[in-house]
Order: sequence, then C-alpha cells, then structure tokens
Amino acid sequence: MSDADETWEVNRARDGKDETFESNLPKKGPLGQAFAPVAGFGITLRNFFKPTVTEQYPRVKTPPMPRYHGRHQLNRYADGLEKCIGCELCAWACPADAIYVEADSNTPDNQVSPGERYGRVYQINYLRCIFCGLCIEACPTRALTMTNEYELAGPTREGLIYEKQDLLAPLEEGMLQAPHPMVPGTTDGDYYRGDVTEVVKEQLEWVRTNRPDEPTLPENAALAAEEAR
Amino acid sequence: MTATADKAAVETVTLTIDGQEVTVPKGTLIIRAAEQIGVEIPRFCDHPALKPAGACRQCLVDVASPGPDGNLRAFPKPQASCTMAVTEGMVVNTQHTSEEADRAQKGVMELLLINHPLDCPVCDKGGECPLQNQAMSHGHSETRFVDVKRIFEKPLPLSSEILLDRERCVLCQRCTRFSKEIAGDAFIDLQNRGAMQQIGTFNENVLDFDGYTPAAPAAEDESGRAFSSYYSGNTVQICPVGALTSAAYRFRSRPFDLVSSPGISEHDSSGSAIRTDHRRGKILRRLADNDPVVNEDWITDKDRFAFSWQNLSDRLERPLVRKDGELVEASWPEAIAAAAAGLKAARDGKGVGVLPGGRVTLEDAYAYGKFARVALGTNDIDHRTRLASAEEQAFLGSTVAASGLGVTFADLEKAPSVLMVGFEPEDEGGVVFLRLRKSLGKQKVFTAAPFLSRGAEKLAASLLPVAPGGEAALLDGLDGDAVEALSAEGAVIIVGERLAATPGALTAAASLATRTGARLAWIPRRAGERGAVEAGTLPGLLPGGRAATDATARAGVAEAWGVDSLPSTEGRDAAAIIAAASAGDLDALVVGGVTASDVTGLADAVANAGFVVSLEVRRSDVAEQADVVLPVAPPSEKAGTFVNWEGRLRSFATAIATDALSDYRVLDILARELGADLHAGTIAEINGELAALGAAPAPQRPAVPAAKAPKAPKKGDVVLASWHQLIDEGALQDGEPYLAGTGRATVARVSKATAKAAGFSEGAITVTGATGESISVPAVITDMVDGVVWLPTKSPGSWVAQELGVAPGTVVTVKGGA
Repeated sequence: MSDADETWEVNRARDGKDETFESNLPKKGPLGQAFAPVAGFGITLRNFFKPTVTEQYPRVKTPPMPRYHGRHQLNRYADGLEKCIGCELCAWACPADAIYVEADSNTPDNQVSPGERYGRVYQINYLRCIFCGLCIEACPTRALTMTNEYELAGPTREGLIYEKQDLLAPLEEGMLQAPHPMVPGTTDGDYYRGDVTEVVKEQLEWVRTNRPDEPTLPENAALAAEEAR
Repeated sequence: MTATADKAAVETVTLTIDGQEVTVPKGTLIIRAAEQIGVEIPRFCDHPALKPAGACRQCLVDVASPGPDGNLRAFPKPQASCTMAVTEGMVVNTQHTSEEADRAQKGVMELLLINHPLDCPVCDKGGECPLQNQAMSHGHSETRFVDVKRIFEKPLPLSSEILLDRERCVLCQRCTRFSKEIAGDAFIDLQNRGAMQQIGTFNENVLDFDGYTPAAPAAEDESGRAFSSYYSGNTVQICPVGALTSAAYRFRSRPFDLVSSPGISEHDSSGSAIRTDHRRGKILRRLADNDPVVNEDWITDKDRFAFSWQNLSDRLERPLVRKDGELVEASWPEAIAAAAAGLKAARDGKGVGVLPGGRVTLEDAYAYGKFARVALGTNDIDHRTRLASAEEQAFLGSTVAASGLGVTFADLEKAPSVLMVGFEPEDEGGVVFLRLRKSLGKQKVFTAAPFLSRGAEKLAASLLPVAPGGEAALLDGLDGDAVEALSAEGAVIIVGERLAATPGALTAAASLATRTGARLAWIPRRAGERGAVEAGTLPGLLPGGRAATDATARAGVAEAWGVDSLPSTEGRDAAAIIAAASAGDLDALVVGGVTASDVTGLADAVANAGFVVSLEVRRSDVAEQADVVLPVAPPSEKAGTFVNWEGRLRSFATAIATDALSDYRVLDILARELGADLHAGTIAEINGELAALGAAPAPQRPAVPAAKAPKAPKKGDVVLASWHQLIDEGALQDGEPYLAGTGRATVARVSKATAKAAGFSEGAITVTGATGESISVPAVITDMVDGVVWLPTKSPGSWVAQELGVAPGTVVTVKGGA
C-alpha cells in the first residue's frame, strides 16, 4: 500500500465518523433566528438613507488628494530649459528598476539643461513603476515630481514605457522650448537657486537665428495657436 | 642569488598598529603595513605604483617610536602614513584607535571639500569615487563652510580626449606623478600657489620643459597641442576624484549601470589585461586591469579608448553573398554552401590562398592553418600581411615557435642593457615601453634606428644610427660599448617584426645574441602574430614549430589530425599569394581580418581573384569586394587566447554574449561543407589538439636562418623608413575621434643634408615611390641618418601602403614642396 492510499484510508475513516458541526459564532435568540432569512434586507434598507459614495468614473473624474502619487513629470526652469541633468539618481533609487536614463554633454549648439550635462534618454516603465516616490526624493534638481494623473492604462506594453517627451512638463506662458543657451552670466547654481525667472532677449535671438519656426517664440504664438486648433 | 638567500636577506621590522603586532620588510610604509593586517587608512595621493608624495594629507595617523633611550616618544602631531617608513618598535594608532588621528582626518577631509563643488550628480566619478566614499566614511556629515567656493572654467581640455575639471581636483598629484614617473610625458603639472594652486597644461612661461622643447609640429598631437601622451588615459583611471575625465566616456553612464568583464586587449602583442565595462550589450569604456606580470596597472590609450570600431554602422550581422554583382544578405546555410562551392572549384583548379591576418586568436589561427591544409590541401597560408621574408619564417620556426615563456616583462625590467632593432618601444610596443622606462637610469638602452624617436629618447637610449637595410651590417659589425653592455648577464636584444624587411638582419641578431650571450626577444606589433606562429599559419610552418617541408613533422601532424597526408609542396608567403592572385595563378582567396589599405597590392589581388571569401567583423574594403562574406565576432564577443610576445597564454572569456561566431567556428562549419572535419568546433577541442601536438623536436624544425646582407644603397639615393605610430588611422581605431586627436601630427623626417639635396627648407615635402605615386606632408629636419626619409605608416595623410605603393626600405625620391 502506498502512502497516498494510506492517507486516503485515514481520511475515509475520519469522515465515516458521525460528527455534528458546531459553530463558534454566538447563538442567536429565537427572534433573531426567526428573522435571520431576511436580515440582509435590513442592511439594504439602512443604506437607502445614507449619502452615496459611488463615483461616476469615467464620466465624472474626481481629483485625487494633492499629494497623490500619479504619473511623473520632468520639470523646466522659468526660461524653458530642462531641470533634468541625467544623473540617474532616480534610476538608482528605483526599487522596481522602472527608470532608464542615458545622459549626454550639453554643447553650445545643443544646450538642453543648465550646466554640462543633460538627460538624453529618459524612460519610465509604468508596467513596473510602483509609485513609491523614492525617485522624487532622490532627484537633486527637483526635475522629477509626480502629477495627480492616474489614468495609466493602455492596450500595449510599449505604450506604457513613457519617453522623455511624454514626461516633460508642458511649456508655460513665456517659456522657450529648449535647446537654447543659458541666460548670459548665470551658472547652473543660479538656475537651481531660482535666480533665473524669465527668458532674456539673447536667448530669443539665439532661437530666432537657429530655429526661426519655433512655435514658442512670441511672434509665432498666434500661428502655433491656430495650428493647435 | 637563490630564492632562499633572497628571503634571508630581507630585513624585517616589527611594529604595532592599532594594538596588533605586525612584522614587515624594512622600508615598508605605514599605510602598506596597515593594509597587511586589514586596517584601512583613507588616502587619495597614495598609489602603490607611484612614489610617495604626501600631497593630500588624508592618511594622518598618530605615531610613536622609541627614542635613543628606548622609551616610546610620540610625534607631536599626526603623521602622513603614506610617506613614513616603519621602524622597529613603532606604535601606530589609526583613526580606529586614536581620537586625535580621527579628528585630524576629518579636518583634512573638511579642508579638501571646501573648494570641492559637490556636483556628484553631474560627475562621471559619482558612484565609484574615493572622495565620495571616504567623505561618507571619514568626514563630517554637515558642512560648516558658508563662503563662496573657488570657481574655475570647466572643463579644461588637456587633449581632445582628456578633460580636466579643476574645481573637483584635490591636488593629490597622482596624474602629474604618473606622467613624470611612469610615462615620461610631463604634459601637466602643478601651477600657482595657495588657494589658486591647480593642475594645468605646460606653460613655457611658468614652468620649465624638463629638458624637452617642443619642435613644432613634430611634437604636437593632431589638435596642435604639445606633450601628447600615449598613456594619458591612465591618469583618468587613477584620479581619486572626478577631476580628470575622458571625452569618450563623459556622461555616458554610471558605475551601477555597468557590467564589468575581464579581457585581454586586442591592440598589441603585449596582451594587456583590461576590464570591459558594458551596458545593455554596448561597450562604454575599457579600463586597465592589474596584472603584475604583464601590464602592471597601466595600458595604452589605444587599449583603453579604441573599441568603438566593432560597433560602427558597417558591422556585419548576417552573411553576404554576391548575386548579380551585388552583395546581398543571405542565410548562414546559403552562404556556407556558396563559399564551399566556390572554394571547392578553386581547390580543384589552381588553388586557394589563405590570409588570416595578424589579429586573430590562437584558436582562430589554428583553425585557419588546419583549414588550409586539410580542407583546401594547400600550404598557401600566411598571416604576415606586412613585410616578411623566408628568413623570418625560418627564424620564427627555429627560435620563436613553441619556445614557451622566453624573455618576460620582468626580464626586460631587470636587464642591465637592452638593444632594440627594428622596434620602436612606444609606437610598436605599448606597455613594453613603460616596463623599460621603469628601469630608467639602471639600464643601458641602445636602439638601432634612423633617428632617436621620442619613445627612445625618453628611455635615454643611445642611438646606433642605421638606414633601413643596413641593420644586418650594423649588427655584424657591432663592437665597443654596445657589445660590452650586451655581454652583461641578463641583457636582452629586442627584434621587431620590421627587421624581416632586411635580409640577413635576423640572422645577424641571432648571431649577436650568441656572440654576447644576450637573450633574444621577438616583439611583433599585432596581438595575434605570436599565436599565429604557434598555430602554424605560415607557408612553411605547422603547429608547434614543425617545418612543413619535413616529412617526419608532416607525418606526425597528419596522424594527429587523422588525415592521410598533408600538402608537401612549398607554400607561397603573403606577398606571393597576393602576387599570384593578382596574376590569376590562384583561383580563390580566403581573407581574415586584413585591411586592403594596409597591404600593397591586396586590393588588386582581391579584385582579380576568381572567388574571395572574407571572414570579417565589418564591411571592410576586402569584404566589399568579396564573393561571400561571413561575419565573425569581434574580440569582445568571443572567447579565445592571445599569445603575447613573451609566449604567455592570455586567455579571455566572452565579455558580451551575442550570437556572433568566432573564426574557428565558421571555418569548422565551412570545412564540413567541403568534406573535411577540422575538429575545431570548440575552444576546448582546439586547445586539446594543440597541447597534444606540443613543441616540435629540433630536427623537425626549420633550419636556423642564414641570409646575406643586402648591398648598401647607392650614394645619393634616399631610402624610405616607416613604422606605425601607436595612434594612427588603423582599422581598429575607427570611430574614435577623441582618441585620434591625441595622435601625433603627421610629419616626414629628413636630415639636414637630405633636405638640402631635395631642395627642402620649410613646409611640405613630397615623397615619390617607384610606381610614381606620392605623399606630400609637412616635414621636419631631424638629427638623423642621411639618405633616409621617414614617414608614419598609416597616419592621416600618410598611408604608405596605399598611397605610395612601395615598402619601407625601398628607394624613393624626395622633393621639397607639396
């Protein structure tokens, strides 16, 4: 006889014993026992008179709490230069290995962020991200923050790997699309301390010379708005 | 002196460190003694391969030693443990046991960090930085410094490759000490004083030039800067902060992204140990690995930076087959079938020539040799796509092949005198130069060359002036100082591969070695040369130094290979294979890693040969003309063995696993299609066969060479001298513009008298070969042999093999002007 057969024998012997089931729950009184079959309706009735908690998503979108950990955003300085320096500290901090960064040198022709270094490739894989926010804590230039956007689903795996252009903050009023030179006479330190507050004419001139069709130039704003429409 | 006597002669000293007693040889530094018992003292300037400097003061410890009365007396202040030698009875208390030492170290760290920009997120060193690590382990957690930090413009390019960030520098002087002590290229030094003290490039007005005056443009690199160094990349590796960075690796990656694989450099015959750092299958940098018997801590810039060639856009990933005159991608079975069909037809016709090239591994070379003899039934195989001779082959077969470990790097270092013939230590030797320079002042160095090159000059070598072609006569007639010096025990004669160009020179070198008792070392340029000699990819040489013309040797190899017989006809050497293919006397060629622009006539041969099979990593000029191209793996994507010039086996494993096949694997498959089994499918199989074959006994080897010296050139003739500069336009340095910028500027060199005869005074000079083709480059009047013009072999604007079409050693005409 094999082990399995033996176990089966033992089980059958035990099941053969005529044992009655004893519940551990407190026993109800006679009235309770009588109403037990319809007790559930009581709960339903009670909730008729309470405020509803159902959210009408996606027809009505409720804003989450201000500090909700949503999709990431790569911020910009006031003149439009990117804050990300491609240091990879976010990738280092990430417990889910969801971030991939490749850096490169800023050159006079291609100044993307203040200083010597910028993030050339920046990807966050939202299939891996656990929204813990450790990357935000690690970021030395406060380039990476989290938005409240929570609609992160999609039909493809590729589509859920967000590239740099998907993550970059939109250009606000008065910002100039990078690359363009830093404000003359400033260092990356000045940028970091918030001493750079607006685009200066040297930067506008540079963009006019190198990218005359740039939509974020003030003179192209009307055209760009029309195109957007 | 025997080893035991050596041991007995070592005087030891016993001292106490952190309460632990330790006995070390006399003269040991405290910091080294502490290492021995596992006590780590923080340091920046200290490097085991450099002389003590005491520059950073980070290694302060409390020291007390017995005074004349025998009582322990403490030094009044903490002492730098990296400069103080141990004494008997010394008591050392490090930061672990002495609060004073700990306080002193924290103070030094605070001082070093005062002007440090703390831009670790931007810095390339971040994550592997001794300053970062030791600031965490031995520094204050908060800064007390509130003033403005010193600011420098950054980065300051020292060369096109090496960038200096002076803000990050802690003035440890590792880089300047390396440059002066090890490389002999004092291209940077300390400048200014106090808070403004900084590392800078040489400024003639501030510093002296250490006896070396730049003779523009000969001493300049491609970017026009003086003091270019072939070893500058080592300063980046030993920099303990991120002050020195390389343009190639700048901001490319972080240490935690990288996978490190040990390897062996494919760039020269030294077989330097390297570490390949790669990320997602892409090589990002290479570093020197410490190998005390070979390259110690250093590698050349070529070893370090020249790796992008293998991943350029012309990298072959799939086989190509020529269809209707066009090379089109094909499957492996189709390409192998096409190659086999073509080779089979040629084998039954006029025959096939095999040119494996000098860059393949031992295993690949063995497969090439066996493939030629077993599958193609020919001895027409030669890896020497350079100047070569039958005399050289006999020399290699009789004295080099399967001779095991001969002269070693250590022997070079210890040699009382060294004679170099046909060999430029810096340009052709790489780390051989560094070993020789280690013995500067303790060693007599002689060099037989047309002029004293910069490398030879840095070795304080005495020049034995000789025009190309005159080496044999020079060696035969050598007497006086040089012979006396070479007669000392342990003396070494280094012969380079270029010596093969002069008939009788290798014979003369061998006889000089016998005459003086000096040992002979053959140092070729390419990494695969020695391995190819061992594996027998020469027309007259089978594995293990067996002569292909010797019936017993042939029978032995045939038995080991399980074939009835091996071809007994005398094979053609590389030059003859090329000539025969051009003339239509060979029906097909199998070409390995050979670049047509390196070899005169190869382009014609490939164009004229009926059928060409190319085994290549990239779409080279040969592959472009071939009928079937079979892609093979570059060194980082395969395992194998390079045999370095010492005869040392330098095995390496695959750094990056891809599906690229090594040459031996491709040849094994191709041979099967040709109806022969090479048993060369795996490295283990090949090494097993090589080991079983072993070295040939003396009677089965080729006879010791004997050749007559050539006649001296006529008076008034100008002979071409040429060698490869270490950093030039070789195929393995493609795709690395930053490295190319550190190469030395292309100049022709002539003596005053030759220049006068050619009507040259300033500017460019035109060298014309016998074929009528010419090269015009800027010229420099050099103190050198008359009747000789020197050109770099493959530097920008001076591709001798392709543009001039004549070999060094031939007579050329020289004229001033472009």
